[in-house]
Formats: sequence, C-alpha cells, structure tokens
Amino acid sequence: MYVGAIFFPLLGACIAGFFGRWLGDKASQWVTVFFMALAAICGSLAFIDVALGSAPGVVPLFTFIDVAGFSVEWALRYDTLSVVMVAMVTFISTLIHLYSVGYMSHDATIPRFFAYLSLFTFMMLMLVTADNLVQLFFGWEGVGLASYLLIGYWYEKESANRAAMKAFIVNRVGDVFFMLGLALTFWTFQSVEFETIFAGVDAARTATFLGMPALEVIALLLFLGACGKSAQIGLHTWLPDAMEGPTPVSALIHAATMVTAGVFLMCRMSPVLEYAPTTLTIITIVGATTAIFAATIGCVQNDIKRIIAYSTCSQLGYMFFAVGVGAYQAAMFHLFTHAFFKALLFLGAGSVIHAMSDEQDIRRMGGIWKKIPLTYVMMWVGSLALAGVPYFAGYYSKDMVLEVAFAAHSGAGSYAFAMGLLAAFLTAFYSWRLIILTFHGAPRADKHTMDHVHESPWTMAVPLLVLSGGAVMTGTLFYDLFVGHHQAHFWNGAIFTAAGNQILEAAHHVPEWVPLAPTVVGLSGIALAYVMYMFAPKLPAMLANALPGVHRFLLNKWYFDELYDAIFVRPAQYLARALWKTGDMRLIDGVPNGAAAAAVSVAGGAVRLQSGRVASYAFTMIIGLVLFVTLLLVGMPSR
Amino acid sequence: MIAALSFYLFAAVLIASAVMVVTSRNPVHSVLFLILAFFNAAALFLLVGAEFLAMILVIVYVGAVAVLFLFVVMMLDVDFSAIREGFQRYAPIGGAIGLVLFAELIFVFSSWTFAEDAAGLRLNPMTPGVDNTREIGRILYTDHVWLFQLSGLILLVAMIGAIVLTLRNKPVAKRQDIGKQVSRMGSVNLRQVRSGAGLAETGIERPPVEAPPAPTRVEHHGGGHH
Amino acid sequence: MLAIGLSHYLTVGAILFVLGILGIFLNRKNIIVILMSVELILLSVNLNLVAFSAQLGDLTGQIFAMFILTVAAAEAAIGLAIVVIHFRNRGTIEVDDVSTLRG
Repeated sequence: MYVGAIFFPLLGACIAGFFGRWLGDKASQWVTVFFMALAAICGSLAFIDVALGSAPGVVPLFTFIDVAGFSVEWALRYDTLSVVMVAMVTFISTLIHLYSVGYMSHDATIPRFFAYLSLFTFMMLMLVTADNLVQLFFGWEGVGLASYLLIGYWYEKESANRAAMKAFIVNRVGDVFFMLGLALTFWTFQSVEFETIFAGVDAARTATFLGMPALEVIALLLFLGACGKSAQIGLHTWLPDAMEGPTPVSALIHAATMVTAGVFLMCRMSPVLEYAPTTLTIITIVGATTAIFAATIGCVQNDIKRIIAYSTCSQLGYMFFAVGVGAYQAAMFHLFTHAFFKALLFLGAGSVIHAMSDEQDIRRMGGIWKKIPLTYVMMWVGSLALAGVPYFAGYYSKDMVLEVAFAAHSGAGSYAFAMGLLAAFLTAFYSWRLIILTFHGAPRADKHTMDHVHESPWTMAVPLLVLSGGAVMTGTLFYDLFVGHHQAHFWNGAIFTAAGNQILEAAHHVPEWVPLAPTVVGLSGIALAYVMYMFAPKLPAMLANALPGVHRFLLNKWYFDELYDAIFVRPAQYLARALWKTGDMRLIDGVPNGAAAAAVSVAGGAVRLQSGRVASYAFTMIIGLVLFVTLLLVGMPSR
Repeated sequence: MIAALSFYLFAAVLIASAVMVVTSRNPVHSVLFLILAFFNAAALFLLVGAEFLAMILVIVYVGAVAVLFLFVVMMLDVDFSAIREGFQRYAPIGGAIGLVLFAELIFVFSSWTFAEDAAGLRLNPMTPGVDNTREIGRILYTDHVWLFQLSGLILLVAMIGAIVLTLRNKPVAKRQDIGKQVSRMGSVNLRQVRSGAGLAETGIERPPVEAPPAPTRVEHHGGGHH
Repeated sequence: MLAIGLSHYLTVGAILFVLGILGIFLNRKNIIVILMSVELILLSVNLNLVAFSAQLGDLTGQIFAMFILTVAAAEAAIGLAIVVIHFRNRGTIEVDDVSTLRG
C-alpha cells in the first residue's frame, strides 16, 4: 500500500509513455487514470493509517548510493507530514488526470501528456516521501524535469519552449543553493538521513561554518532552494510564464503540488529551522513581500491563467511567512486547503478557456455565466475560498496564517501581518475582477466564439465538483487536526517545534479583531471589485490613466523580467556569444582544424619527397649508405 | 710472375669492361661488356683457386643471366637514345658519391688487419690435397643442406614469378577451359531412358542441328542503275 | 708489386663496386642498365668474398658467394620479367615515368 501509492503513477507513466503508441489514446489515458486512482486509494488509506492512526514508519526499498563513508538508502518515509502530501497529491492528481481526459481530448499526442503527468506525480511523491535529502533532491529535480516537459508540452509554440526553459533555468538557480545546502548538511552532520540530521541538531547548534552558525547557513541555503521551486520573490519569474503549459498542468504543478515543494521542504527541515532564527526572519520577510508583490501584479493582469498564477505566488508567500514565524502547521494547513481551491480555480479557468475556444484574455470574455453555469458556480466557490470568506476552506487557513503572524509579536511578524492583510484585500479584489470580467457584462468575444460556448463534458465537471467539495469542506474538517487542539497528536512529531515555540497556542489567543480582519478586508475587496467592474466599468480605465506610472509598473510585473534581462540574461548572452565566437570557433574548433591543416601541409611536404620515382629512391638509398659508411669510419677511432 | 701479370691483365680488362657497361650508349654493348666482365671475374676466381665458382659464374652468369639481359634488350623495342637524355645530369653527384665511397673503401682496406686468432675461427678450413669442387660439394650437401634447398626454392619461386608475370593470354592460343566444357549445352544431353529400352525405341540422341541463317536480303533502294 | 695479395683483389672489388654505383646514377632512366649495375655490384661482393676465402683458407666465403649467385640470378629473372610487362603496358622502360608510387 505504502509502496503502491508511490509507484503506481510510475507504472502508469511507463505504460503510457513507452507503449502509448500501441495502446492508442483512449487506452493509455484511462490506464494512467486507473493507476492514479489506485494510488489515490492507497494514499488515502495510508493517510488514515499513518496520520489518523498515528503509525508513522519507514519503508526501506534498496540502497541508492554506497561509497566509502557515504551511503544513501532508498526508503519511503511515512509520517504525518509526508502522508498529508501523499494523500493530497494523489487525490488531486487523480482528479486532474480525469479532467485532462476531457480537456486534452483534441490533442494529438495524448499518451505523451498522460505519461508526463503521471511521471510528475511520481516524482512529487518521491519528493515528499524521501527519507533523506539526496532522495528528496532526486524528486526535486524530477518534478523540475516533469515541469519542464509539461510546460513545453506544446513544443511547436516558441513561447512554450521559452517558458519551459525559463522555468528550468530559474529553478536551477534555486537548485544550486539546494545542493550547497545539501553539501553543507553532510559536512555538518556527516549524513543526509533525516533521522540522523534531526538527532544531531542539538549537537550541531554550536557548529560554525565560515564564522556563521552552520544551522543558519544550511537553513538559508535550503530556503533559497525552496524559493526557486516555490516561486518566491526574486525567483518567481518562471511561474507566470509556466502558464504556457496546458491548463491541467498549471493546476497540478503550478498551483497544487510542485510549487508547494519548497514549503514542504521548510516544514520537513523544521528541526533545523527552529534553531535558525535569523533565517526564519528572512523567510518571513521574503514570504510577506512575495504575498503583497504578487497580489499587486495580479490586479492588473489580463490573462486569466496568469492572474491565478500570481495569486498562487501570493498564497505561497503566505505559507512561507507562516513558516517564518514558526507555525509550520499553519503553513501546511494553508498548503493543504490551497491545493484544493487553487486546483479548482485553475480547472475552472481551464473550463472557461475550453468553452471560449482557447481564449485566455479576460478582456475578450464576459457575459457567459448563463451559458456555463456550472463553471461559473465553481469559480465562485474557488474564489470565495481563496478570498477567505467565512466557512470556506481558505477562511480557516488564511485566518490561521494571519493570526500566527500577528501572534509572533516580532517586527517581521507584524510586517507579515500587515502585508498579508493587504494582500488578502487585493486577493479578493482581483478574484472578483476576474469573475466579473469573465462572466458578467456584455460579451466582448466575437459572435462565432460566443455561439460556440458550451459546458464541459462530465470528465471535466466531476473533478470540478469534487474539488469544490474540497474547497468548501477541507477547512472545517481538518482545522482541528492541522492547527487546532489535536495538532500535536496529529503531527506526531513529524513537525518539530522548539520548546519555546508556542506560536499556535498564542494564535488562539489573539485579540478579537484579528480573526475578523481578513474576512472584513476580503469582503471589502469583493465590494471594491463590484464597484469598479460591475457598476462603474469606466473607473478602472480612469484610474489607470490617473496613475499611469503605477499601472505600468504593475502591468510589467515590477519590471522583474526586464531587470533580470539586463542583469543576467544579456551579459550571459554576451558572454556566451564571446565564448562561442572566440572560445568555441577559434579555440576549440581551431585546435583540431589547425592540427588537421598542419598535418595536411606536412603531408604535402612529404608528398613532394615521395616522388614515386624509383631512381630517386635508389639514389637516396645509396647516399644513405655512403653516409652510413662515413659515419662508421668517422666513429671508429673514438671507439 | 705469370700469375701477377695475368691478375693485372684480367683486372684491367674487368674494370675497363665494367666502365663500358655503365657508360656505353647501346645497351646491347653494355650486355656484351657485362659478359666480358663476367669472364674476367671468372678468370680472377680461377687465379685465387676457386675453380668451381669460376665455372658457375661462367655457366650461370654468362650462360643464363647475361643472355637473358641480351634477350630482353633485343626483344624490347626501346628507343634508347631518348632514354639517354639527361645522362650527364647526375654524373657529378654520382661521381662525387662514388669517389667518397671509393676513398672510404681504400681507407678501410689499407688500415685493416686480420685478427690474431683468425685462423682458429675458420668455419670450414680447406683440407690440403682435396680439390675445390669436392670440398664445396661436401660442405654444401652436409652443413648447409637446408640453405641449399632454400636457395633452390628461391629459384623456383623466381621462375614461377617470372612466368606468371610475363604470361599473357593471346587470343590465338588454344587452351583447355574445363569449366567451359562442362557447362557447354546442347552437344551432350542427359536423358532419363527407360531401362531395357533399345536404340530402336529411344532413337539416337543427336545434338539439335541449328538451322542455317536465312540469307540476308539485299535491299535495293531508290536510285542506282536502272 | 708483383706479389698479388688480398689488397689487390679488394681494390679491384672496390673499383667494381663504385662503378656499379656510378652506373645507377648515370643510367637513372634505363632500368636494364641499372639491373646490370646491380649485377656488377654483386659481382664485386663475390670477388671480395672469394678473395677472403682464398686468403684465409676458409671455404665459407665461397659458399656465401654461391648463395649470392643464386639470389642474383633470381633477382635478375624477376627484375627482367617486371621490365618486360612494364614495357608491354607502357611502351617504354623509362624509370622516370614510373611514379604511381607517389604519395
């Protein structure tokens, strides 16, 4: 069961990937769906066993690396933290597989898509169940690869290729830090096994690296690695571009699962992070900044998927600052609920795109809510959950995150609380901006498209319904377990909190207005969106004209892409061109070519020597003989 | 006294004819001078008491090799005047090299002595009273019999090689081609005949007679004599 | 002067040898004369061997000369055969024209 949850997707991926050509589209897609469903069942059973039944365990598989003094076992670590992820990933992945059956029905290479999708799921599961950092790194790189493949799935599109490369390269920047962290971990603890690391943390508190506390450096490096994967400010640029991939991919990878790998890593490494207060502060600030930064950009974007992508980025910021104030449980809780409603939003957006004949620009939508009522309702549910309206999933988790930020009573915590509140307002605002522009108002699409608008098939509708159930229910159901009174029993030591860390307890005793604030700002954000886009549609344009600088700044995503282009991309291009022109063409090509040319010219000289005339050869022989005899004679007296 | 005089005579003729061999304009003359040189060399051999070698030299060199040269020179229709062009071109360098070589050889010969125990190191000392041919034969057929056989083999290979090289298929020459004979059709036919059947029943098998070619008709085109 | 010794024979042999070498240089185009020159060189070698053999009273030199004669005969036969087929193919025996071995 434990093994099955991880390896069924791989099996499905292999079957669809290697034999899809013979199986055909239908067979291979349903095979992967079937295996994903099996994995989901296994995952849920494992969740019941491990998390609810409090029976964590390790399933050893085989030895991965065993060289002198450095051995890495391949094992599945099942504790509450990983089993939550396993259950969530398999469940959502199954729904998305099912959804893809409908969404990708017109695609040419369906087996490839499903193979990638299942491969990704396997890698993600490998990541979350890793028993050591190297295995985690394997999964980490694996999801990076799968993400690259899936973003560039429509490889005929140049933009998709660019986005895929961008995602891969930006992730690589994070991975460098991850690898450094990995190396430093091994240097400090002489091991990469989690058990050994966590057991050795106390002893390593005094260890220093280059004059800094080793734990701080490890935590910082791993956090920078997580930044790449989880699209925190600075390394976030790949996430919006990743929307070039098919929408189910966006839902699965860039909303629900992969981007949360960074948060998961932080929670996994909680024993180390607990003793790295400086890094925690940095995490808090970076997370809070990401939350507000992405939210501001989300307000002005026009691509339906990009808006949701920025909202993902923003929500990831919430998770990070929850980690930063030491409330890993809250971060995991938000991660968990967010997975459901963000997947729902993405799939809903996919449904809209599907209905609008692949139109993604919300300026060319509108007035379609009557034609696709189910999708409309789903988007409402997802947005309500995202905005943190009471009794939806997001309400519980987001409230919890903001409460812990407030309860931290530190400078960074207060900053995070303020930013989080502002971001919550903006989140609600752009969510309803999206809903209103997409579904309400006069239709702005051409007539042909409008005639063609249709509700999605059942394979797409069922996942939406299930996810909407999750978006409504998960908050209520799991509040107690994740962050409520049963949390200590539920987590069962999977998340470590230092003795002095009473943040969750404190969060339950914040002033009255704190839990209320997110709801209030969320509702006011919704109201503002209604005012601006429903009742006074001229207002946004006026606002944009009144503040052109701000608008352009936001529209261009704080000029991050341009900045990176100037700082990194262009110099790299110049350097690459220089290396190409001189290094490669002159030097590397020049050496063998020059050697060949030299050989040719030497051979040309030798050819002149080899005249082919027998007489010359005879002369040469005779002259040689004479010289030889002379040499013998001259040399004789000295002997 | 007579021996010394005859040595000088033969040596002088030998060298003179060798000079003529390399400088003569006509290769036929060269060959003839070569024969003369061989004769004189044989005479020199006789003087030092190597009768058998002298006779072999006359028989093999004069009788076979030199005649072979003569034969080839006469058989090939070569324009020797054209070949002699550029005769002088390499004469200086050849002369210089020859001079150096000669000086060196003389230098070696003049400053050279036998080792003291040379007499004791002899491999096949001559027995006094036994003539040269008998002695050589004894050594050749006992101690050096393998080398002797080997040299015979070399001569055989040379002979076969020369034949293979120069043999050519002339269209007029008649040869037996077994493959052609075996694959020939029409003249002999194999037939399954009933056992016990006589000629009267099977008839005599004869090769099919080709019909004579039809006489070609001469076309008379327009014009001509009418 | 009148006593003929080994050095006389060696001198004759040396002269013959040098003449053979000279012949190769002089008749660089005429392969037949080159072959004759080679015969001369071999003859000079034989002369040396026989002279030493007589001087030392050792028959080995003469046995050597025998084998050299054999090889010389074989060489002459093969060489002349090659000349014949070369002439047949090219219509000339100019060695200068033979440059198919050129690299």
